[in-house]
Amino acid sequence: MIRFRIQKRKPLPGWAKIVIPLAAIVVTLVLAAIPILIAGGHLWKSYYYLFYGALGTRFNLLETFVKASPLLLTGLAVAFAFRAKFWNIGAEGQLLAGALTATVLGVNMGGVPASLVLPIIIMAGFLAGGVWAAIPALLKTKLKVDDVVSTLLLNYVMIHIMGALLFGPLQQPGSSWPRSAAIIKAATYPLLVPRSRFHMGILIALFAVFVIWFINQKTTFGYRSKAVGVNINAAHFGGINTTAVIVWTALISGGLAGLAGVGELCAIQYRLIMDISPGYGYSGIVIAMLGNLHPVGVLFSSLFFSVIIVGAQTMTSCFLLNTR
Amino acid sequence: MPSARQPMVRMSSVTKYFLDVTANNDVNFDLYAGEICALLGENGAGKTTLMNILFGYYACDEGEIFIKGQKADLASPKDAIALGVGMIHQHFALVPSQTVLENIVIGTDTGRGPFLDMKKARRTLLDLEVQFGLQIDPDARVWTLSVGEQQKVEILKALYRDVDILVMDEPTAVLAPAETDDLFKTLKSLVAQGRAVVFISHKLNEVMDISDRVVVLRGGRVVAQRLTAETNVRELANLMVGRDLLEDIAKKPLEPGPPVLEIRNLDALNDRDLPAIKNLHLAVRQNEILGMAGISGNGQRELSEVLFGLRDPVRGSISITGQPLRFGNPSSAINLKMGRIPEDRIGTGLLMDLSVEENMILEDHASTRFQTWGLMKSKRIHRYSDDLIDAYNIATAGRDAVTKSLSGGNLQKVMLARELAGRPAVVIAAQPTRGLDVGAMEYIHQRILQERERGAGILLISEDLDEVFALSDRIVVIYEGEIVGEASGENASREQIGLWMSGVRQ
Repeated sequence: MIRFRIQKRKPLPGWAKIVIPLAAIVVTLVLAAIPILIAGGHLWKSYYYLFYGALGTRFNLLETFVKASPLLLTGLAVAFAFRAKFWNIGAEGQLLAGALTATVLGVNMGGVPASLVLPIIIMAGFLAGGVWAAIPALLKTKLKVDDVVSTLLLNYVMIHIMGALLFGPLQQPGSSWPRSAAIIKAATYPLLVPRSRFHMGILIALFAVFVIWFINQKTTFGYRSKAVGVNINAAHFGGINTTAVIVWTALISGGLAGLAGVGELCAIQYRLIMDISPGYGYSGIVIAMLGNLHPVGVLFSSLFFSVIIVGAQTMTSCFLLNTR
Repeated sequence: MPSARQPMVRMSSVTKYFLDVTANNDVNFDLYAGEICALLGENGAGKTTLMNILFGYYACDEGEIFIKGQKADLASPKDAIALGVGMIHQHFALVPSQTVLENIVIGTDTGRGPFLDMKKARRTLLDLEVQFGLQIDPDARVWTLSVGEQQKVEILKALYRDVDILVMDEPTAVLAPAETDDLFKTLKSLVAQGRAVVFISHKLNEVMDISDRVVVLRGGRVVAQRLTAETNVRELANLMVGRDLLEDIAKKPLEPGPPVLEIRNLDALNDRDLPAIKNLHLAVRQNEILGMAGISGNGQRELSEVLFGLRDPVRGSISITGQPLRFGNPSSAINLKMGRIPEDRIGTGLLMDLSVEENMILEDHASTRFQTWGLMKSKRIHRYSDDLIDAYNIATAGRDAVTKSLSGGNLQKVMLARELAGRPAVVIAAQPTRGLDVGAMEYIHQRILQERERGAGILLISEDLDEVFALSDRIVVIYEGEIVGEASGENASREQIGLWMSGVRQ
């Protein structure tokens, strides 16, 4: 008979933090080779086009960054929340809250001086995502409602709010599709490279990496947030207001996800549609974990994800594969 | 002693090590059919460990176990149960959301193949309930039952598995007095039918009430065996706690100053909403160590939690250097300069996954010393941590080392460094040396004495009588949430304190 003995694992050495995610990536590529071979594809060509499609031309490289920016923001959002053990599975809903707010403002701010339009939209989008995340944080701290469940369910609440508005007051006049009117010109993100989609949102996302790193490493709030995540009882014993820490952490986390929504709306779609996000919020969870919840790690893992996404599009079109 | 009969259980020369601690040292233990044998000893004497070995929960490092004459090779509790040994731990192993019947059936082969025969199981259960007077609704969900009823379910679970050797680990600790009476009746009816019961306890009156024989453990060794009829609480108290002092502590004579900690009319409940602290009055003065002796579970944890701001009392007031302590939030205690050494240093006191430095500044990180505008002054923090690591002789790779890499003694030094750095007016030290080796223990004792000389008032809550005797200027004994006795540190007799601790009042 086989007997198991459960014992505590020895702490992992420092290099493991880098090697394990890389190993995960290698294993993924190996496993993905199996269906390619079964389908009779050329393995090396497939992977060549995967990476060529993402990095091989100037346009593709820029596209990879375009795709990376919402993933980076939702990844940061999740990582920042998870660090404080606020299990924010709701970045998707917070992203939509940001996009929805940007739509309402972006369509209706015709009378506002053009230079104020974008700053207002960005701040409002951040706030909307933040508030949408602060709700489950308050439920968790005040009523002990499980945050995994509440953040997840609020995603569906936001999808339905968005649907109700897109079939109602926000619907483009004269359209029978669930889509809003286009936002005004002043509400669109400036392009950094002409004739591409390389927009300001990418800089915002990179700036967010720096800000989150700074908060984590240099501020008392980052210290408190880490302490709460590591041992909430000891943090409380040490005089930290754990409720405030969790709610503020949620606000910042949701705000980052909200910024992802603003970016997708004001730089890519220019109008709200039901499928404005192909699950960026959920991808953010995987990206945050792959990046070890560290802002720089999240930067790399979001770039990796976007290489795969953009590369896969080229791969399918090069081989005329039918992805359905 | 019924040595003519063959014992149901014979544990011979059992030794068990946990890393560098010897939990059981060359223990011989016999158990006979038809008897209730009490296993008596202080916390950490090795009672539970010994029984966990009999239950197959731990493997002993040396020694042999015979059950009903057969040498037993116990690799898991499953093997022990098959040989008729059952054990009921302090924390019950029940599934709260399932019914009594479902809990009883779990893990047994009732019925044929993969199918359960619940009808047969129900009949067997009801028969057992009648036979032993343990009336419980088989369909009640376990979470709806009182703790006493849950204990009955545990006993039924053991009986359902045909257990004839039943070990109960401090079964009365969680029970109300009426429930205790019920339990004793049940245990007596069990042994009347030829079963044997081991009753782990440190409450002398109960041991005298229920047992036929007493085995006393101290420091992992059996120090005495007595027939209950031939002993008394006084002798047992001596056997349980009597020990020579480990260290010689030189204590400066100091005249105590004005009171720095005053507790008045304090009432508090435990986690199960039962009274844990009953109308407690206490004052600790400057330059004084007040030792609070008592067996664990008599309200010490609740008292320290109230003092630390982790538990709201029902009634009463506490003041520190004359200022009222606000309840329900640790920051009040921190602001009033209370040095807090919690009983659970790993779960409550320290951030084990953060660095030593990050633990040092926990309470002070928001002071202007260590931050401006929310930005941490890392240079000052580094210097501060390095100074404390030096001052307290903390053995660590450095201020950046993760705290969980430290040994137990060094963890407690980090705790002391953080809490004493602010020169507190009052120090609450709850079980400050529990689990520490002798060297670390002496260091902690010296630090506590230094605090006394500096002018702090110290409340030392400890189960270790040697420690209480060595350090205290004054000793109080807590029993079931009340102060049952007080003596001055010099004149206190070990026997008297031992009796008070066991609930015997004069």
